[in-house]
Amino acid sequence: MSKSERVIEREEVVIRFSGDSGDGMQLTGTLFSNTSALFGNDLLTFPDYPAEIRAPQGTVGGVSGFQVHVGQSEVYTPGDFADVLVAMNPAAVKANSKYIRDGGVIIIDEDNFTEKNIKKAGYEKDPIEEDRLDRYNIISAPITTLVRETLKDLGLDPKTVIRTKNMFALGMVYFLFGRDLEYTEEYLKSKFSKRPEIIEANSKVLRAGYHYAETIEAMTPIYKVSPASIEKGLYRTIDGNTALSWGFLAAAEKAGLGLFIGSYPITPASGILETLAARKDLGVKSFQAEDEIAGICTALGASFAGNLAITTTSGPGLALKSEAIGLAVMTELPIVIVNVQRGGPSTGLPTKTEQADLMQALYGRNGECPVVVMAASTPSNCFKYAFEAARIALEHMVPVILLSDGFLANGSEPWKIPSMDSLPEIKPPLVKEGDDVFIPYERDPKTLIRRWAIPGTRGREHRIGGLEKTVKGTVSYIPENHEYMVKMRAEKVARVVTKVPDLQTYGDNEGDMLLIGWGGTYGHLLTSVRELRKEGRKVSLAHFNYINPLPANTAEVFSGFEKLVVAELNAGQFIRYLRMEFEELKFKQINKIQGLPFTCKEIKEQCVKLLEE
Amino acid sequence: MNEEIVEYSPNDFKSDQEVRWCPGCGDHAVLAAIIRALAELKIPKEKFAFISGIGCSSRFPYYLSTYGFHGIHGRASAIATGVKIANHDLNVWQITGDGDAMAIGGNHFIHAVRRNIDINIILFNNQIYGLTKGQYSPTSFRGAITKTSPFGTVEEPFSVGELVIGAKGKFFARTIDSNVHLSTEVYKQAALHEGTSVVEVLQNCVIFNDGVHKELTDRETRDETTIVLKQGEPMIFGKNGDKGLKLDGLKLKVVKLGNGITEKDILVHDCEENNPGMHTMLANMRYPGYPVALGVIRCVSAPTYDMSVESQIAKIQKISKIKNVADLLKSGSTWEAK
Ligand code: SF4
Repeated sequence: MSKSERVIEREEVVIRFSGDSGDGMQLTGTLFSNTSALFGNDLLTFPDYPAEIRAPQGTVGGVSGFQVHVGQSEVYTPGDFADVLVAMNPAAVKANSKYIRDGGVIIIDEDNFTEKNIKKAGYEKDPIEEDRLDRYNIISAPITTLVRETLKDLGLDPKTVIRTKNMFALGMVYFLFGRDLEYTEEYLKSKFSKRPEIIEANSKVLRAGYHYAETIEAMTPIYKVSPASIEKGLYRTIDGNTALSWGFLAAAEKAGLGLFIGSYPITPASGILETLAARKDLGVKSFQAEDEIAGICTALGASFAGNLAITTTSGPGLALKSEAIGLAVMTELPIVIVNVQRGGPSTGLPTKTEQADLMQALYGRNGECPVVVMAASTPSNCFKYAFEAARIALEHMVPVILLSDGFLANGSEPWKIPSMDSLPEIKPPLVKEGDDVFIPYERDPKTLIRRWAIPGTRGREHRIGGLEKTVKGTVSYIPENHEYMVKMRAEKVARVVTKVPDLQTYGDNEGDMLLIGWGGTYGHLLTSVRELRKEGRKVSLAHFNYINPLPANTAEVFSGFEKLVVAELNAGQFIRYLRMEFEELKFKQINKIQGLPFTCKEIKEQCVKLLEE
Repeated sequence: MNEEIVEYSPNDFKSDQEVRWCPGCGDHAVLAAIIRALAELKIPKEKFAFISGIGCSSRFPYYLSTYGFHGIHGRASAIATGVKIANHDLNVWQITGDGDAMAIGGNHFIHAVRRNIDINIILFNNQIYGLTKGQYSPTSFRGAITKTSPFGTVEEPFSVGELVIGAKGKFFARTIDSNVHLSTEVYKQAALHEGTSVVEVLQNCVIFNDGVHKELTDRETRDETTIVLKQGEPMIFGKNGDKGLKLDGLKLKVVKLGNGITEKDILVHDCEENNPGMHTMLANMRYPGYPVALGVIRCVSAPTYDMSVESQIAKIQKISKIKNVADLLKSGSTWEAK
């Protein structure tokens, strides 16, 4: 093959790094992603790792993967199938062989393909034969041997030497994609600034990998993915949990309030508590509570005392917080409860993604207990929806549940940094000091919002609590009063609709099919609908970020389509909600409950089937 | 905590709500003593926040004219913690009972104490569940016959003071509902102490556990059955002031003065001693055998959680380059698309 024949120009490419959970694949993937972002590609990443920090070595259960999809134009998914798979051991091949594109490249560390490891991975004898891997372009490199050779003069202990293996693989991938090593070397320098020998070892191995790929070039294709043409401006890569944390910081600044987070560590939400705990410079009061209940109760206390208060969790934690959410509903205090969903029920699949907490968010409480429910839909728009959730909570004096998921939380993508001036002001209904009696549940006649009198404000002393009250705040068991207050609280939430933007469709206002989704599936549904439209199908997409209340024009949007199909990563929760809200309409469904995102392939296939029904 | 000094009368702290505790319930006297303490503290009224959980005593905030938050069962310590961290300028009180704080809220209670959040926890101990009508609580004595233990309980009770000290508590006091004078003093000291202050109030539930503290409150017996501890004073009690406490090996011993034993042989109370050994022994004294200790048993100064949060923020703000959210958004690695 001559050089020009080997260069494959592509609009987009998917790379998956895969190895034992101790092999450093998450870091390798992140470094490759950041290098590509700096190069100017659009991208989206998806880490996929086991719940155990060090799962049994060499087994399929212990495989940790990091997939990144880089492209010239807008990239919305991590990609269904990998063009390049880096597999550090046989188990990584076993776990991923189904997800490689035909004709794709597999880079393996042949030193790890010993008989013992092959058996451990669950193969009888030869992975290549058993999984018919000859369909792919396999680059078999003795990575472990080459790494040992590269570092033999540095006098490092064998463990440290082996740990640099991932840099060798990364070097090879950089060559394959014509990327330079600068970003990675800078990273190593700042990360290990106190250990020069580690910097040297990793850099040496990184370069050795790069040169090795160059030397064996006859066997390797070179992918060329030109920079994306993106809107002008300042960019950074951001993951969902960071974006969410920063959205709350922006909201607190715009509202002129302190930010309080009361949370208990839980996968995959802990990143938010960690990110905000590091922001003492912005005055954040972060509180690692003794349990989930204390997380929300401290936040509710902070809200009573006048802070923008949030609590963050995942499904099992939301269950524990239910009673306190009821207290927030009853006391009409602003609070945002973030649920970064994972596979359930119970402990379920802690590190995997799912959308199965929607019903819990909408209804999982005692009594008539409506709250605002919203969902972010891309890693970077977690910023926008955190900001909006806080704005609604503060301006309407309501609890808001904001749903994210494991896919958004850990996924990352380039993000155009917004200017703070472009964000709206937030004006909570605060009461100034004064001598006329403060009536806690007196409402604005139009919005039904009550006012917020913060302890420390002279003359506004009052009592609130979980018992049913009259407008004046007196405990009351009067039947008519209870019914009145229940209806007021519900109507107040319903009137948040004034803050909910109209639902936009991607595609047309009418057609054969409207694909309907919510939350973290946006990228996959959008890409599927795009491809279906390219194939001439009359399919459009309506994706929801506001679930309670729904956008005011929802029924109107639905009315333009022959078939309404709801796709979600659960057994059918949003569809049941829509059926309740729109009794006269017929909905069909596409569901997946495997702890994994959709693939565009499966969505498209099911859409075509439903279209042809 | 604040400079402003304001004159109040107890009436300024009463709310317009009808008090709904049973007639004769010890809670009425606790309310009177706390109202008196609040007036005497001379802190602007709007700075008080009363937080409660669930139970008879937890109705308390409704009967005060301060800011109040009647929470959910067991969670008052957590809510009060959030209030205090959010605004350390407030004087935050938690009103709770033996069920609310020791059973369903045990986790939050011990962690609030451990963190030393500057809140004042007033724990009404009547050794029974009143609001749910007479089930045993974590402080009911072994063998207590109640609706849910018709043949007597088969479990050991918590000793509130021992639990507080075990959880690294820095302030523990005990008082009796009917002793309004002592109670007022103890509540004031609890309010002024910086850090978590726990006051156990021995309270009588006339309906479901009447007379549980009878021998400690009756005029005829109380001088023999209780000892009021005072800082720097010898631990002397008894109707005639003729009994005292002495160390006997590793244990406390009640001795009679006279016959060669003088005041000099009697222990002197030091609530500021950091070592918790003596305070634990004092908190655990039970009648018969020992007098029950009242007054401030432990009062040790230590950094509070809320002030540590404030000083950490101030320190980091001084050195960080990130001054606002715009700075943060642009921090770290970014690139310009042209
Ligand atoms: S039930 Fe007992 S504790 Fe409750 S109000 Fe009546 S007497 Fe007081």
